[in-house]
Amino acid sequence: MSNMNGKRGGLWWKLLLWLLPAAFLLIFFYQPLTAILRLAFSMRAEGGGQSFLPGLAAKTFAFTLWQAVLSTLLTLVIGLPAAYLFSHYEFAGRKFLRLIALLPFILPTVVVAVSFNSLLGPRGWLNVGLMALFGLSEPPVRLLNSLPAILLAHVFYNSSIIIRIVGGAWSRLDQKLTQAAQMLGANPWQVFWEVTFPLLLPAAAGASLLVFLFDFTSFGVVLMLGGPAFATLEVEIYTQALYLFNLPLAGLLSLIQLAFTLLVAWAHNRVSLPRYGKAALSAEKANLRPPRTKKEKVFTFVTAAVLIALLLLPLLSLVTRSLVSLEAERGERGEAQTGFTLRYYRELFRDTTGSIFYVPPAVAVRNSVLYAAAAMLIANMLGLITSYALHFSGRLARWLEPVLILPLGASAVTLGLGFVIVFRRAPWDGVSFSILIPFAHALVALPLVVRTLLPALRGIPDSLRQAASTLGAGWARVFREVDLPLLLRPLLVCMVFAFTISLGEFGASSFLSTGRNPTIPVAIYRYISQPGALNYGQALAMSTILLVVCALGSLAIEKARLPGEELF
Amino acid sequence: MLEIREIYKNYEGRPLLQGISFAVQAGETVCLLGESGSGKSTLLRIIAGLEAAESGSIWWDGEEISDMPAHKRGFGLMFQDYALFPHRTVEQNVAFGLRMLGLPRAEVEARTRAALGIIRMEDFAKRAVTELSGGEQQRVALARALAPNPRLLMLDEPLGALDHALRVQLIAELRSILHASAKPAIYVTHDREEAFGLADTLMLLHQGRIVQAGTTAQLFRQPANAWAAGFLGLGTLLSGSVVGLEPLRVKTALGVLQASACGQEWQVGGAAQLLLRPRDALVLHGMPEGENQFSACVVDCLFMGETYQSHLRANDFSFSIQTDRALAPGSDVTIAFPPERVSCLKGEL
Repeated sequence: MSNMNGKRGGLWWKLLLWLLPAAFLLIFFYQPLTAILRLAFSMRAEGGGQSFLPGLAAKTFAFTLWQAVLSTLLTLVIGLPAAYLFSHYEFAGRKFLRLIALLPFILPTVVVAVSFNSLLGPRGWLNVGLMALFGLSEPPVRLLNSLPAILLAHVFYNSSIIIRIVGGAWSRLDQKLTQAAQMLGANPWQVFWEVTFPLLLPAAAGASLLVFLFDFTSFGVVLMLGGPAFATLEVEIYTQALYLFNLPLAGLLSLIQLAFTLLVAWAHNRVSLPRYGKAALSAEKANLRPPRTKKEKVFTFVTAAVLIALLLLPLLSLVTRSLVSLEAERGERGEAQTGFTLRYYRELFRDTTGSIFYVPPAVAVRNSVLYAAAAMLIANMLGLITSYALHFSGRLARWLEPVLILPLGASAVTLGLGFVIVFRRAPWDGVSFSILIPFAHALVALPLVVRTLLPALRGIPDSLRQAASTLGAGWARVFREVDLPLLLRPLLVCMVFAFTISLGEFGASSFLSTGRNPTIPVAIYRYISQPGALNYGQALAMSTILLVVCALGSLAIEKARLPGEELF
Repeated sequence: MLEIREIYKNYEGRPLLQGISFAVQAGETVCLLGESGSGKSTLLRIIAGLEAAESGSIWWDGEEISDMPAHKRGFGLMFQDYALFPHRTVEQNVAFGLRMLGLPRAEVEARTRAALGIIRMEDFAKRAVTELSGGEQQRVALARALAPNPRLLMLDEPLGALDHALRVQLIAELRSILHASAKPAIYVTHDREEAFGLADTLMLLHQGRIVQAGTTAQLFRQPANAWAAGFLGLGTLLSGSVVGLEPLRVKTALGVLQASACGQEWQVGGAAQLLLRPRDALVLHGMPEGENQFSACVVDCLFMGETYQSHLRANDFSFSIQTDRALAPGSDVTIAFPPERVSCLKGEL
């Protein structure tokens, strides 16, 4: 092999490195994107009797914006005290609670939706309990299919982002700065507004915008908890494309969605740049201490209780509800006893209905695991190559990085729509949609993989590689002996990440998975949309399995994550 | 003015400060000198009101202020790594304390300019503090602490992070600023050069107690015990046991040496440490024959500018001496320490 660092050779190597990610993005991202653009503009050309459509688009956009703003504010109300709690106080169960608080971020939307359903839905613990208690025949609490249900799920989801980012920044905020302000005569109120607030602002604003972005592009939660009355842009794209076959309108909505998310993503990048270098940082756990005064103890207790109620309760409810059959479920093939049961889990692996639409759940599990494994490999191989390409392109990277991160702004539903438009036409029409699913999932995971690997890669001092080559290692040997061992942990994190993202991905999969070949989330959505206790129970059982897998994944990520490293 | 009474403080279950009491008078600069981990910074933070002591009290002009919150004490504290606000300019950092006083804007501006004038950094007013060098940051931190005219100034290892040449320059600068301000000050450091350069009163902190307090000259001439002498770097300590009183005679690895009792009670058989100061050694010609004379081998000899510093070895005991003339490495010489110059001290190292 010729010298990698040689001037000419280096250029060729870089081009080669760029080739694969560029081809991948061109085919699987930019091609569908342009197809959507063309479609959206073709509608304007047609014009005519569709003048009511922009009205629908505007209404949907307004609702999407409104619920996102509301969700973000509520998330801050819950997340900021929690961030303060985790960054300042040491208390019994802190580690466990923190793990629980960070778990939702990685949970699939369907699992969250089904969890809230198992707590608050017509067959959920709350209603079943109230019905049994007061002898009611109808579920008294109708929280599903309402805005509060959507907001609740969004807060559940995104508090973890506030806790991670703002809590991380707060725990590393140098306490000497607030003490210096104190010594200069600032009272606690002044200390907060003059020192703490401005220093936390980049982190808080960045986290808020990220939360807003996720709320704005929310799909599964709104679809499953909002019901027919509420549609965000994502849900409307899905409905227009898959049920009303109005692809041009879906394209227009995608365009609006994409433009707006790009705007928010750009603002996020501007706002969340670390501004003061290391000047304001202290060691990660330097600020931790047990709560001392009565006020501190009450704060700790109340915040922890709220977190447990908000975060742990829905998940516990899901798990327990999947293991219990209730008397209220009479009529399902004669089973009526109330009590512990594994029936829902057993049924997952038994083909009992003769319907041609029926697909055994085991098939969904097999599909999802295969897709996830493939998506994990694609995303990580590509992510590693892309990270090296970015790392070696120096100043050029500043311009190329956004191009690669752009897919993060595109929603999964948009992606699914684009795939459907592009890959049913020549020259792609021979390609099975099932094969496309891992690529769509890899595309969703790729930005996160690059954002994890690239900082790790930049953290390896070049002098290590130079030392290895002066000691006689060729470039391949240098990669194996220096780069790879140092990248192992971030790579592991990325693999778990990509795997769990693929397992839980719903938006793109709902477009691409065929009737007889669903993924787990698609199957869960079908079960929960159908009447009957058994369908409900199977949705719960599958969600529980998914929850356990994702919880293990989250635990693995927490363990393998390097201290002080953030995921965004 | 400031009075500290019987301060006790534990750190992670172990006693850190064990009954610290002292007072600071108007215009006096007190240097707290101790090893890192001796609790001197913690003591400073207790006085500042940033940390609470387990017991003890703090008084100002006869008024107890132990429970007063830090921002109401009116004490200035200069932090070890300066703790300049990274989101504010040099000028805004210095103005911070003045703004907290609620002064009118014109006065804030005028006094900020004046404070920047004292440290000769008027031209840096609009700069970001993150762009400053270590020495510049140190100056800004001093100006920020002085600007609101605190009734007591406390400095926590303010020169710790700087290189030696800069430190020497800044000690002189600090001394003149402290004198000009005529404020009582507490200066914490582990560096004896800084302490000797600044202190009116020097206090040695060791194992949670004040081992000795006095002027620099007092401490230099009469260290309270062997640890103080070793920590101040006054010379080589030679351990032995007392074999005779009047005159005090101590049996050591170098034979029986006569020493000054330093005003302390001694008993035959008691353990003692003899302080051999490098400047006090006499190099004699011929074989050792009188009191406190012994022969030693020259290990090496370093040229120090004005004098020579030699490392010597005798009976497996190493010590160093300072002489006006060079000694030949490898040669044997006869050394004498005049009895009245050898201090006999108690305590472990």
